[in-house]
Amino acid sequence: MFELTGKTALVTGATGGLGAEIARALHKQGAKVVLSGTRENVLADLAAELGDNAFIAAANLSDSASVDGLVAKAEEAAGSGLDILIANAGITRDGLLMRMKDEDWDTVIKVNLEAYFRLARAATKGMMKRRSGRIIGITSVVGVTGNPGQTNYAASKAGMIGFSKALAQEVGSRGITVNCIAPGFIASPMTEELNDAQRATILQRIPAGALGNGADIAAAAVYLASNEAGYVTGHTLHVNGGMAMI
Amino acid sequence: MSEVLERVRKIVIDHLDADPDKVTEKASFIDDLEADSLDIVELVMAFEEEFDIEIPDDSAEHILTVGDAVNYIQDKLAA
Repeated sequence: MFELTGKTALVTGATGGLGAEIARALHKQGAKVVLSGTRENVLADLAAELGDNAFIAAANLSDSASVDGLVAKAEEAAGSGLDILIANAGITRDGLLMRMKDEDWDTVIKVNLEAYFRLARAATKGMMKRRSGRIIGITSVVGVTGNPGQTNYAASKAGMIGFSKALAQEVGSRGITVNCIAPGFIASPMTEELNDAQRATILQRIPAGALGNGADIAAAAVYLASNEAGYVTGHTLHVNGGMAMI
Repeated sequence: MSEVLERVRKIVIDHLDADPDKVTEKASFIDDLEADSLDIVELVMAFEEEFDIEIPDDSAEHILTVGDAVNYIQDKLAA
C-alpha cells in the first residue's frame, strides 16, 4: 500500500521542517523527490541525506518567472515527468488588519496562493497527457477557522482550498486529483519559543493533548499522493489532533 | 487530401475516440465530435507537439472545426 516507486514528486518549501518531512516520507515510499526552496545549502544537505533519487531545483516563489519555470526545472533535474506536486511553501506576515501594510498582504498572497496557481498550471499540462497526477496543497486550519492577526494568511490558505476544489472538477476526468492538507498546530522552532502558559492554552484546545509533528502531515501527503487515494479529490484533509472538527 | 489534414484527423480520431467517417473538415469539435472544453485544450496541445508550433490562446479560441485547425496550422507552417 501507498507505494510510490516510479513516481516523481516536487516539494516546495523543502528547506522548512514540514517540507523536509514530506520529502523524506515520499522518498521512503520509493518516489524520486525534487526539493525546492530558496536556501540552496539546506536543500543540498537534505538531498545528501536522502541519497539516490533526490534532486534539487531552487526557486524563489515570490518571483513569477521563477515559479513558472519550476516544474520544467524539476522534471529536467529528475529526468522524468512530474507525477506529484506538493505545494508546501508558505510564509506569514502577521498583523492586525488595521495595521497591515499592502506589502504584507501582497507578499503572502503571492507566495502562498499565486505560486500554487502557477505551479499547478504548469504541472497539469504533463499530468493531463499522462492521464494521472496528484496535486496537493498544504494549507492550514486557519484557512477554515480564521485567526486574528492573520487575515492575509487565512485568505491565502482559504484561497488554496477553493482553488483546489475548482481544479479538481476541471481535471477529474483525466486521472488527476487535487487535494489539500490542513495542519493544525505543528511543533516547530516557532512553537518551541512558546512559554509554558502559552503552550498550556494551546494544548487545552487540542483533544489529542499534544502538538502535531511533521511526520503526521507527511503521512497524510503519502496517502493523498498514492494510487490508493485515486478516488479522493477536492478534499481537505485536516490533521490537527481534533482542534477543529470540520 | 493534404498531409496536414491527415495528421490532424489522426490526432482527433485518437484523442476523441471519434468515428473516422465523422472527422471531416467541416466537423465541429464540440457540436459534431462531442469534445468538451478540456478536450479542446488537449487537442491544441497535441497539435502544438505534432507540428512543433505554438498556438496562442487567442488563436486557439477560433479553432472550432477540424478545418479551422488545418488552416491555422498550414498558415503557421507557411509563415
